[in-house]
Amino acid sequence: MTWGHLVHIAYGIPLTLALTGGAFFVGAVLGFPIMLLRESSFMPLKVAMIAIIAFIRALPPILWVFLLYFGIGTGLINLSPFVAAVAAFGIIAAVNMAEIYRGGMVSISAGQWEAAHALNLSRLSIWRDVMAPQMVRVALPPSATYVIGLMKDSAIASTIGVAELAYRGKQVSQMSFEGLLPFTVVGACYIALSLPVAWLSRTAERKLRAKVAR
Amino acid sequence: MDILDSLLMGVTWADVQSWLPGFWNGFIISLEVTAASLALGIPMGFLLALGVQSRRKVLRLASLALVEIGRGAPALVLLQLVYFGLPSAGLSLSAFLAAVVAISWNTGAYTSEIIRAGLDAVPAGQREASHALGLSALDELRFVILPQGLRIAVPALMGFAILVFQGTSLCFAIALPEIVSRAYDIGSMYFYYFPALAVAGLFFAAVCIPASFLVGWIEHRAGAYARR
Repeated sequence: MTWGHLVHIAYGIPLTLALTGGAFFVGAVLGFPIMLLRESSFMPLKVAMIAIIAFIRALPPILWVFLLYFGIGTGLINLSPFVAAVAAFGIIAAVNMAEIYRGGMVSISAGQWEAAHALNLSRLSIWRDVMAPQMVRVALPPSATYVIGLMKDSAIASTIGVAELAYRGKQVSQMSFEGLLPFTVVGACYIALSLPVAWLSRTAERKLRAKVAR
Repeated sequence: MDILDSLLMGVTWADVQSWLPGFWNGFIISLEVTAASLALGIPMGFLLALGVQSRRKVLRLASLALVEIGRGAPALVLLQLVYFGLPSAGLSLSAFLAAVVAISWNTGAYTSEIIRAGLDAVPAGQREASHALGLSALDELRFVILPQGLRIAVPALMGFAILVFQGTSLCFAIALPEIVSRAYDIGSMYFYYFPALAVAGLFFAAVCIPASFLVGWIEHRAGAYARR
């Protein structure tokens, strides 16, 4: 393995980050309405959402990636590998984020709802000013853990040819006829990338908690 | 129906039926990898959980390194490291063995954290009481801490077992003929990608949906016990 190989692997980092960021964005946005539908008081809707969430979580990520890229990609609409991967991980992230949001919402005591109603706050105001700030605090640590998990899952995109870290690691191992070092470097890259996320989450959590304690 | 037609590409029931034996064999391979990885990984996780709390520095650092790499690196990269990497260190493993080694490592790293959390959740008074009763360190672990700590860890371990089964799908990358590889092969041979992948999905759904509801129920019951 040469410096050139190392640089070749490093060029995969932006794509890994883009995959992770893109999928997390899709998941964080879609997760909220999914959570609301799942918590709906209209029973058939609630049951349908529980079934859909269970189904999406039951299939392994690689299968979702293949279904979107090969399954839909060859028959229906042609998706680029990157778009297919972001869409697949985005769908999975959406149901997982919905569960994380739900955990945040369940943790808010009923008294908060009652107090907000008693103060005659509008629906928008209840969500924006009362619920959201409290939910964020509870949902932040599991979300950060999830982002790190998502980044590791994004390695699966290498199987459909997205030239991110894992893909380039395999390329280098084939070019250099070495196995141990390239994959170790790639593994170390993932660990190194997850450290700032973990640090950021801890810092943010501390700050948010300090705000409440005041 | 146009959309469905273009997804199914004119596949017939006879086609699907002819795939089923292959899928079944793939399913058995996935189950075997899961069982072997859990059988090796959970005891390994237990040893690592004790290792990271060890007073011996070498042991502690070695355990910590195994846990952090096993958890921090993607399972796919671990698989490739073991399958493509170890041969250059003079150790060639079959795809099946490589899968078991890599997924056990991954399992050991994750379950060590689950088990450690379980052991930590045993109230401190239990340890103090063991000391007061003059139990040896081994007896304290064996009769007091483990029975309580492991009971706390069981629901999380079962939840992780489902993830291990799903994780066997990554063995596609090392050409182990499990469920997803079978679907991919059918897809690339006859171009029936969507139908073949959908059948593969049904295998996972049939196992994981009931299993995750079961785990949810057990978690709920365990929680009820703690609340009481």
